[in-house]
Amino acid sequence: MLLNIKDLHVSIHGKEILKGFNLSVNYGEVHAIMGPNGTGKSTLAAAITGREGYEITSGEIIYKGKNIIDLAPDVRANEGIFLSFQYPVEIPGVSITNFMRTALNAKREFMGEAPIPAGEFLKRMEEKKKLVDIQSKLTNRSVNEGFSGGEKKKNEIFQMAMLEPTFAVLDETDSGLDIDALKVVANGVNALRSEDNAFVVITHYQRLLDYIVPDFVHVMYDGRIVKSGGKGLALELEEKGYDWIKDYDVNR
Amino acid sequence: MKEEKENENILEEVTSSEYKYGFVTDIETETAPMGLTEDTVKFISKKKNEPEWLLEYRLKAYRYWLTIEEPDWALLNHPPINYQDIIYYAAPKQKEVKESLDEVDPELLDTFNKLGISLDEQKMLTGVAVDAVIDSVSVKTTFQDTLAKHGIIFCSFSEAVQNHPELVKKYLGTVVPHTDNFFAALNSAVFSDGSFCYIPKGVRCPIELSTYFRINAANTGQFERTLLVADEGSYVSYLEGCTAPQRDENQLHAAIVEIITFDDAEVKYSTVQNWYPGDKNGVGGIYNFVTKRGLCKGKNSKISWTQVETGSAITWKYPSCTLLGDNSIGEFYSVAVTNNMQQADTGTKMIHIGKNTKSTIISKGISAGKSNNSYRGLVRVSKKADNARNFSQCDSLLLGDKCGAHTFPYIKNNNRSSVVEHEATTSKISEDQLFYCQQRGIDTEKSIGLIVNGYAKEVLNKLPMEFAVEAQKLLAITLEGSVG
Repeated sequence: MLLNIKDLHVSIHGKEILKGFNLSVNYGEVHAIMGPNGTGKSTLAAAITGREGYEITSGEIIYKGKNIIDLAPDVRANEGIFLSFQYPVEIPGVSITNFMRTALNAKREFMGEAPIPAGEFLKRMEEKKKLVDIQSKLTNRSVNEGFSGGEKKKNEIFQMAMLEPTFAVLDETDSGLDIDALKVVANGVNALRSEDNAFVVITHYQRLLDYIVPDFVHVMYDGRIVKSGGKGLALELEEKGYDWIKDYDVNR
Repeated sequence: MKEEKENENILEEVTSSEYKYGFVTDIETETAPMGLTEDTVKFISKKKNEPEWLLEYRLKAYRYWLTIEEPDWALLNHPPINYQDIIYYAAPKQKEVKESLDEVDPELLDTFNKLGISLDEQKMLTGVAVDAVIDSVSVKTTFQDTLAKHGIIFCSFSEAVQNHPELVKKYLGTVVPHTDNFFAALNSAVFSDGSFCYIPKGVRCPIELSTYFRINAANTGQFERTLLVADEGSYVSYLEGCTAPQRDENQLHAAIVEIITFDDAEVKYSTVQNWYPGDKNGVGGIYNFVTKRGLCKGKNSKISWTQVETGSAITWKYPSCTLLGDNSIGEFYSVAVTNNMQQADTGTKMIHIGKNTKSTIISKGISAGKSNNSYRGLVRVSKKADNARNFSQCDSLLLGDKCGAHTFPYIKNNNRSSVVEHEATTSKISEDQLFYCQQRGIDTEKSIGLIVNGYAKEVLNKLPMEFAVEAQKLLAITLEGSVG
């Protein structure tokens, strides 16, 4: 098993958001997490990646057999955890090329490897740019500065392709994308899918799941998973909305 | 790609948070008696074997200095400076003539090697001519022969006084008169060494010129003087670097830089200021009170100041341009970083006198720890300066919540056809930015280095390549431990 989250409770400013969250992810799997706004989906992403201000009051996040809740965010990242941000932030004056080089070399240093040779790095950039259909003029610009919504999300997937994580969380990567951009993003993810990694896709809409076909669909409500199933569950949600889930939770 | 690679090296090299240049060279030093009197001024002048007119110039400045008070308008706090507690002249003992490197004290050569400055021309790959100044004297100026072929004079100030007295006499004090301010008066009385540079008509200086200043002796002040004259149609890029040993006492540095450009001449003057900043609690460090001014005397002439200020306990410095010639251009690009207890009050003055004169001011202040960082700038447009243009952008970046950033722009516009624009922003490194970098595997220190270098990029890009790398490293080192 790659990731095992056990009875996770997470609070922000003393307010409990995740209330006993459980999830197991094996290598090679794609899990979709759906649910209405404010149920703790993004908090889950923050807790897995180690964001400051998200207090884990109890429970465990076991990743590759190790509880990671005390590890710094950069250590988790270098262990192979990646987050595609819902709202990617701008870093003025830092080109994507420079940013990626710094990130890749941080990881290589962590692994005890020498920095990536320039030629190899450029080759990798070219290869991965094709994957998500982004232009060189974009990678020469400052990270996310003045990017459109679609460009920001493509840039996230591009970075994921560059860093080749073992476990990636895609936090509402589909929001704000038109259908063409959505396809590009989905194709990128599908190209990276393998038996050596796993994905958790957080989304509101089943639309994305037409392109990134999940092995499992989980419905989150009020800080925990209230229902799990196969791809069919997403379609059911599309049809019925989330209200019946709320009832489901109450009746539980 | 070159830039990317250097960035990476820089980030890798940032591993120790200590001031790297804090060592002391153990060398016999000849000093003037402590304190300042007319006799001190005479002592220095005699040591330098100066002509009578220069001694008179010094004495006039000294007498004027006695009548004025230290300025107190800057946003700086420090205990009063006791000017009688300072040694005004200190020279490493060595042979007078320095024709070849063999005659320079090996201990001194070693000092500069440790600072990463090679005085051996054979070993210099970058094509930078260096004048190395330690305490009150110049140790060695490299590439003088190469430059002489182009008619360029590049030597220590003392040498210039001996070999080119007519040029020194003609230009000394014409841009910064001894009456300019308290520290200028002090410098004019006791200045010891520094660099002199003359670029003849129509000559583009083929290599970068550079002066490296090093304070070594204890209890001494450093008062160097730099004079740069660019004759018609000439060009030179000039770099200045500086470091000092780590000591518990504060040491005073009060320099003057004067630049004159004639018709169609251009001078690019870059500084990486890395005097010892004092420790975390504000003990020790250099008091840096510097007067730098350029006079665009000729039409179509240009003076560009680029400064990266990371050192000193106190920085008081306003490199300025007087735009006298029609169509002349003044530029000021600055990154000033303060950490711990450091204080900086720095900026520029752009004085538009000629028609169609243009000036650009880009100032990037970065404050961390409990430091205070102020931008103070004056843009003055005289009545005759038709169509003058100024653009100023003053940005402040705060790291943490115990530091201060302040902006004091003064605009005096007396000409209706002119346009003066001013923009200012204040921002913080956001937690979002930090987390974003960390999520990509970059640790906190490196993330800050990356973000800060990005913020200051516009200015760092103006530096010559050799210095840009140094400056980026410095930024990262200066800010180490500032968050967390």
